[in-house]
Amino acid sequence: MAGTALAASRVLASDYGRGAGMPWSPMSGEVPYYGTGSERFFSHEERRAVAAICARLIPSDDDGPGASEADVVTFIDRQMAGFYGRAQHWYMQGPFAEGTSTQGYQSEHPPAMLYRLALAELDEHCRSQMGGPFAELTEEDQDAVLTGLDEEEIAFERVSAKTFFDLILENTVEGFFADPIYGGNRDMIGWRYVGFPGTRYDYRDFVGHNGAAIPLEPVSLQGRPGWSQP
Amino acid sequence: MTKQLPRVDVVLVGFGWTGAIFAEKLTAAGLDVLALERGPWRDTPSDFATTFAQDELRYYWRHGMFQEASQDTLTFRNNSAQTALPMRRWGSFLPGNGVGGAGVHWNGQTYRFLPSDFVARSHNEERYGPLPADMTVQDYGVTYEELEPHFDYFEKICGICGQAGNVDGETIEGGNPFEGMRSDQYPNPPMRMTFSQDRFAASARALGLNPFPVPSANMSRAYVNPLGMQLAPCTYCGFCEKHGCGNYSKASPQTTIIPVLMQRPNFGLRTNSEVLSVEKTPDGKHATGVTYVDTSGEVWFQPADIVILCAYPLQNTRLLLLSEIGTPYDPRTGEGVVGKNYCYQVMSSATVFFEDEYTNGFVGAGALGMVVDDYNGDNFDHSGLGFIGGGYIACGTTNARPIESHPVPEDVPRWGSAWKRAVRENFLKTTSVGVHGSSMAHRSNHLDLDPTYKDVWGRPLLRMTYDFTLNDRRLTEHLTPVAEEIAHGMGGAHVKVNARRGSYDSEPYQTTHNTGGTIMGTDPASSVVNRYGQSWDLPNLFVTGAGLFPQNAGYNPTGTVGALAYWSVDAIINRYLPDPGPLVRP
Repeated sequence: MAGTALAASRVLASDYGRGAGMPWSPMSGEVPYYGTGSERFFSHEERRAVAAICARLIPSDDDGPGASEADVVTFIDRQMAGFYGRAQHWYMQGPFAEGTSTQGYQSEHPPAMLYRLALAELDEHCRSQMGGPFAELTEEDQDAVLTGLDEEEIAFERVSAKTFFDLILENTVEGFFADPIYGGNRDMIGWRYVGFPGTRYDYRDFVGHNGAAIPLEPVSLQGRPGWSQP
Repeated sequence: MTKQLPRVDVVLVGFGWTGAIFAEKLTAAGLDVLALERGPWRDTPSDFATTFAQDELRYYWRHGMFQEASQDTLTFRNNSAQTALPMRRWGSFLPGNGVGGAGVHWNGQTYRFLPSDFVARSHNEERYGPLPADMTVQDYGVTYEELEPHFDYFEKICGICGQAGNVDGETIEGGNPFEGMRSDQYPNPPMRMTFSQDRFAASARALGLNPFPVPSANMSRAYVNPLGMQLAPCTYCGFCEKHGCGNYSKASPQTTIIPVLMQRPNFGLRTNSEVLSVEKTPDGKHATGVTYVDTSGEVWFQPADIVILCAYPLQNTRLLLLSEIGTPYDPRTGEGVVGKNYCYQVMSSATVFFEDEYTNGFVGAGALGMVVDDYNGDNFDHSGLGFIGGGYIACGTTNARPIESHPVPEDVPRWGSAWKRAVRENFLKTTSVGVHGSSMAHRSNHLDLDPTYKDVWGRPLLRMTYDFTLNDRRLTEHLTPVAEEIAHGMGGAHVKVNARRGSYDSEPYQTTHNTGGTIMGTDPASSVVNRYGQSWDLPNLFVTGAGLFPQNAGYNPTGTVGALAYWSVDAIINRYLPDPGPLVRP
């Protein structure tokens, strides 16, 4: 179900059938869940840190745009403000234990809180070890810190630094490549960069491409620039 | 305070593929049938229309149509020495939820198991001698020959697109020479293949293998099924598995059966209704109906003459355990049956990276592929290999959804400029040769109830204890090099092998082919249900689905799930109803 777990419009238990045919009505589609509109979760400092991390995970370089141009930080901010940040669809009952490497996400914190606690400790670490918050370090130092998180050389006290790194990497890739309706992949920049045509729904003319390139402008669920022009 | 409802002839627990199959046949036979589904109503125009179906974040990464882990998940550990912890979010597999179940978001690869797969123990012992003591592989109790008409009918309901290899004993060029004898062709011709499949097929043929098109539930042309349901040609959109089809091009309960059912006055469906337990008579010899709860927390008792468990295998197992039906399996003694022989799938692959040619993976479909069966089941001599079973080796082009699918060579870091560049360079130029291996039952791999963790209603979660076995490891070590060899012959610049090593990891997606737990067989001491899917303990209780598989073959399960459902419902109508009682006397 899109959005919240049980939309108020849903009846508690619905009866269908008994010869009544299909319970169908036009224009009843569950339209996409656009992140959380313009809601924000991060504080100014948190947002700055997340933007800086994303910019190193998917850098802007001479090969093309990165997380900054794609506005991945806005994607993550909206995700954290919504059901995903609250882990609303995840099983979050205790007891909590560290688990083995094959048991998946075992943090007691939903994503938004994991970010909040980890970002605080990250900046704390950077201030004490490197003279400033993460966002103000040189790119080389930022990369060294991120490598430290990734390779478990830097540990946090309250949350797992590794769990946080894996999650923000996952969310950054999501924000770079998800449909622009969710706030990242702005102007389909991630799709253009790799050559993904997006949400087109019919490739029958191209099945026999036989190894040739298929030059197609990408399309989003919102359409694409110039679509509505005569 | 449980409220009692009016009696029905049949109550179905769960309304996915098997629920729809049972409901259609039983209502056609004149019975009054009620299906209870814990998830919501779902249909093409309202839930996955072409204007928004192709949303990778919503449907895959945010689990738009999967079971809510917050309501009910399972706990997992690799072995009994560990403490199981909840799968807090889905990873390795994606149980469905709502009308249509996982039949909404499947790929549509629709195989028949091999004749020898149904007699895995007797066949292999006859040929290779006794199986290892801890390998709890069993015969199904039903044969391929008995299931053949039901395979045929399910293929026609779905409109499967494929190339037969053996019709009435006659070998047909371009099909699978190893398949069991078919009574008819596929109802539709195969899908059109792309560059990757052409290269795979040429490489496989050069190695003396026998490639054939993956039998597909994605339509190669417009089709009307035996119930009058119309399906439309697939558009190769690349948003098949993990998504619903907005085109009516993928066979699902919604596109093949449900609209017909909804016209029938003797069919009812209640959604947002979660069955808590199967109820029994005081002597425990008959089912009386089911107790379910709606989303307001109101609890209801639904009496029924026949109860059929049509939920996902993991859920069917849990319902039997929670209802205290059948003896729970104990891995220490090997006694008991419920939760026994949980199996999965042993996957590996070889990625091919091209330099000058484009594979254009976004032009794809769930069941678009070419496949060889030369290393599946017992299609090759296992003498001296130390394992049984096998797998198909296939080159499918299902998607290039970028969050999920952006392969890079093995020496590339996980993030940063080098990663980004490698993603771009390879995004439109890779394909994969996959090994889809069988999973043989082992006495330690099982399902039971977790002692600690509870669902939203306070009932124990199901606990999974599972790891890859010696048989699995030998199998994958034997088959993965074959995939690698085919991959090397496809004309790419580089091949990366993705071997299956180490313990089973519950996090990365592998397949939603969870089997066993409610296995079928010939003896109440070693199986939960008899050859018709009827409970050994309660003759008016039937169980269906991939939970019946005593072990998992090297194929996607749905074709065999469909055939078993039609076989079982046929037995209910023609054997049970005229003379209710046990259909097999132990």
